[in-house]
Amino acid sequence: MTVTEEPTVTAGAPAKEVGQPRKRKEDTRLITGRTTWTDNMVLPGMLHLAIVRSPVAHARITNVDVSAAQQSQGVVAVYTGRDFAEEQGSLPCAWPVTPDMVNPGHPSIAVDQVNHVGEAVAVIVARSKVAAQDAVELVDVDYDQLPPVLDMEEAIKDGAELVHSHLESNTSFHFVFDGGEAGAAGNTDQAFAEADVVVSRRFVQQRLIPSFMEPRSVVVQPQGDNYTLWSSTQIPHILRVMAAMVTGIPEHKLRVIAPDVGGGFGGKLNVIPEEILSLLVARRLRKPVKWTETRSESLMTAHHGRDQIQYIDIAADREGNVKGLRCRILADMGAYLRLVTPGVPILGAFMFVGIYKFPAYRFECDGVFTTKTPTDAYRGAGRPEATFAIERIMDELAVELDLDPLELRRKNWINAAEFPFTTAAGLAYDSGDYEAATQQALELIGYDELRAEQRRRRESNDPVQLGIGFSTFTEMCGLAPSRVLGSLAYGAGGWEQASIRMLPTGKVEVVTGSTPHGQGHETAWSQLVADELGVPFEDVEVLHGDTAISSRGMDTYGSRSLVVGGVAVVKAAEKVVAKARTIAAHLLEASEDDLDFTGGTFSVRGTPGTGVSIQEIALATFAAHDYPEGIEPSIDAEATYDPVNFSFPHGTHICAMDVDTETGMVKIRKYACVDDVGKIVNPLIVEGQIHGGVAQGIAQALYEEAVYDADGNLTTGSFVDYLVPTAADLPHFDTGNTVHEAPGNPIGAKGVGEAGCIASTPAVVNAALDAVRHLGVSDIRMPLTPERVWRAIQEGGDGGDRATAGTTAYGGAQTETTAGVSTDASSLGGDR
Amino acid sequence: MIPAAFAYARPTTVDEALQAVASGGEDVKIMAGGQSLIPVMRLRLAAPETVVDLTRVAELRGVREDDGAIVIGAMTTHSDVISDPLIARYAPLIAEATETVADRQVRHRGTFGGALAHADPAGDLPAVALALDAEFVVAGPGGRRTVPAAEFFVDYLTTALEEGEILVEIRVPKREGWGMHYEKFNRVAQAWSIVAVAAAVRREDGRIAEARIGLTNMGPTPLRATAVEEALAGVDATAEAVAAAAAHAAEGTDPSSDLNAQADYRRHLVTVLTRRAVSTAAGL
Repeated sequence: MTVTEEPTVTAGAPAKEVGQPRKRKEDTRLITGRTTWTDNMVLPGMLHLAIVRSPVAHARITNVDVSAAQQSQGVVAVYTGRDFAEEQGSLPCAWPVTPDMVNPGHPSIAVDQVNHVGEAVAVIVARSKVAAQDAVELVDVDYDQLPPVLDMEEAIKDGAELVHSHLESNTSFHFVFDGGEAGAAGNTDQAFAEADVVVSRRFVQQRLIPSFMEPRSVVVQPQGDNYTLWSSTQIPHILRVMAAMVTGIPEHKLRVIAPDVGGGFGGKLNVIPEEILSLLVARRLRKPVKWTETRSESLMTAHHGRDQIQYIDIAADREGNVKGLRCRILADMGAYLRLVTPGVPILGAFMFVGIYKFPAYRFECDGVFTTKTPTDAYRGAGRPEATFAIERIMDELAVELDLDPLELRRKNWINAAEFPFTTAAGLAYDSGDYEAATQQALELIGYDELRAEQRRRRESNDPVQLGIGFSTFTEMCGLAPSRVLGSLAYGAGGWEQASIRMLPTGKVEVVTGSTPHGQGHETAWSQLVADELGVPFEDVEVLHGDTAISSRGMDTYGSRSLVVGGVAVVKAAEKVVAKARTIAAHLLEASEDDLDFTGGTFSVRGTPGTGVSIQEIALATFAAHDYPEGIEPSIDAEATYDPVNFSFPHGTHICAMDVDTETGMVKIRKYACVDDVGKIVNPLIVEGQIHGGVAQGIAQALYEEAVYDADGNLTTGSFVDYLVPTAADLPHFDTGNTVHEAPGNPIGAKGVGEAGCIASTPAVVNAALDAVRHLGVSDIRMPLTPERVWRAIQEGGDGGDRATAGTTAYGGAQTETTAGVSTDASSLGGDR
Repeated sequence: MIPAAFAYARPTTVDEALQAVASGGEDVKIMAGGQSLIPVMRLRLAAPETVVDLTRVAELRGVREDDGAIVIGAMTTHSDVISDPLIARYAPLIAEATETVADRQVRHRGTFGGALAHADPAGDLPAVALALDAEFVVAGPGGRRTVPAAEFFVDYLTTALEEGEILVEIRVPKREGWGMHYEKFNRVAQAWSIVAVAAAVRREDGRIAEARIGLTNMGPTPLRATAVEEALAGVDATAEAVAAAAAHAAEGTDPSSDLNAQADYRRHLVTVLTRRAVSTAAGL
């Protein structure tokens, strides 16, 4: 074999890659779409699936007539829940948060009963997507309707209509964390009894829909007794294990591939009914099959996020020293438990104390079943909910005590000198400086000028009032230390795997178990490896997402990729260098101890001119003509990294908001944030994550809400009614960073994927309230629609419920199925 | 998101188009820019037997002068409307409102006539046409007829167009020198109007001589705010007078309640937006 390409040996130490704002190497193919999105896959003989979905929220299925659909042109087969009842098992829930948590089981296709609008009731298999879609309308299902269960506060009452009639109640679990009982804090009851001031509020975390850009898609190819499953998923590794367990296909006979994936935000962190159904149909027919959802199917059936009612009590003395925090949460599970549905609010349990030194803390959470789409992870998963509650209640306490909201925060937050600090929730915060981030954010936004303008507008009774809102947040990132996950009864560990293959030409393949879905792993990992191995950035290729290539992994969520997966890459690189050192010593006829390794080259200390590059060693090892006795001829290496602690990025976000008191319209005037995400590997990616996260958090505050009508139909079934803002609707963001490296990992990174989304929402709501508090407004429910803001100003209260009819756009378009059934109750509070 | 099967005709003249409509069967849909029709077909809320696509009917495009009016071809795209010099001179309200329609991509394909014939109460252009006393020229099997704007919008998504008829052009009286403004209220840039107000004002010697006001999404059809128009006629062009007149804006309206707004809030909004629209149009 002839190797024609000369390995590059760079003279002198090149500039460090880590810290460079490299443009993302994967973006050309991702942005142009010229790549392997799952729906781009075409296999010989491939059949297409379309799902017949329930148009009613809660009903017994009395009959399913598929005869007309079976006769439809191009249809190969039609299956109902009955056809798969014996083999479909239950979709997995990996997080039994309490020993007695009730899990009703989650069929991929309904057999006897449907429990939310959009639940699958039949599957059409046809030769073309068009033929499959045409036959959907021909399936005739008889439903014996049951009352829907929509309101959590009603659903937990005695005698409430049950979602699952075989269960005793609609409560899945009651989870308690008490800082006193855990030994992390004092007695909460006593703290409240002795406090000068107690402020209690009820906050509503509305239901959100993750709204990833690429709709979900699944392709299954059976070959012999092997199956390859392509899916637009965040979690190919977890999916492989789970799908094997659900379907009985042996794990080693199932290969899962997540090709390029167009976003997820947690919305693709699941095992979905359609993945299981595609496997079952492919197994039954021995043919490749594809399912790709429409956007309206996605909004209706992909899991939703948030949806909590939070009862928050805070205790303090008159001087503003906080004494205790008590949180009681109702968390809407939807109709079923999916992969981590119950775990989402429990992740939040440890973040309600925020950055503050509470002497006492108690958290209770009920998971509640309703006849709605199941909820599960959505960017931040539990932590945005917690951050919202604490940052909102701190403002309420400041009002109660007549203190400046920032002064109250300063009085209570952990000082820089106090790290590491163990909170009342038992977490050991690693590092940071809340004061420094806050100072920088105040300067960025021009705080003093804004306060002066606010005073002027208030004095002149300007119809447009100005408000300023803060969010001084932290979050737990880098999910997660496996032992901690074990202690929380999570069904898996939180380690991550990486391997590095040195190719004969000196090029480098990095295999990561942390599967990206748009984050830029290929670029960041290349930067890490370029520095560790001293090879050019361009010489590194990052492989991911295929269980046959990347055999072990825990995938991407919870701001874990760089903090856990990136560290695994660095550790693997360190092993490569160590193995190469042995061979370098042999080739240079020197002792390993006398070798320096800089800029990718081993050289003998004190002997200028001698040297061999790691890329040359890769070739020498490939030839294997001359290497030391007693070692293997390979410098490839792999590493598995299990973190010892979470990392705790923090930051200060400040929002300045104009509120038109005549119309209720709110408009963000300025937005500044300073985030401390530890060591920054690629500033461009960090900036992008902050921008996207802030946009998503603002979207929760101002725009997005999944609304169900009184019959349990999803009114916000298209992007006409589910408002996702674009760049045109968002302000310029003034961003900055402070850097306190995470002491817990070798890179020093803390995680940035969720920061903006977690931090921004309460800053925006606090800003709007600050603008109109003098008009008697103390709360406005999210999203802050102009109508809600106007009503809160006019009538007091939190702005109230919205009418539940959709807009007239597209002729009042709902979705294929939600438009199917409406009763008088559908139009309660609105016209259809 | 796959429409049901349909027959498709793409005529090149109005006569051919009328023919295609006549022979298209029971349920024929006429497609202009397709920006509303295609989505409802993809959602299978509409499943026409035949779609007659007017894209290639060249005679329906463009803007011309005809004595006291400008004549806008029904198939003139929104983006052509925005840049048209005759519209800018004689009916700038149309261009201003059209600039708020959806996004650039939609405006490149969507058409003036299509938006009017669709008659979505949340659409922006019907209220503008109503405020400007536009006339709708309609071609049918029996020849052409002209329908005044006040009679064109019949109900929710329903116009005076009869079966077999095609909207061919819209005549808009020239109003050179009038102050005009479209005040749109929506939550995100590409969303439909929650409420909007189209105002055209002629000032004379410090007074408002005449005002024409069209309301978007305050009922199943666009509405004229006649009480406001009457209250404005002849008053001094002052903020106070405009505010007093605008307080009548909700009279005679019948707004719906939906996710964006309940009816009482819409009735409040329309007074604020009318005040702002008229003030801006009058240069206050």
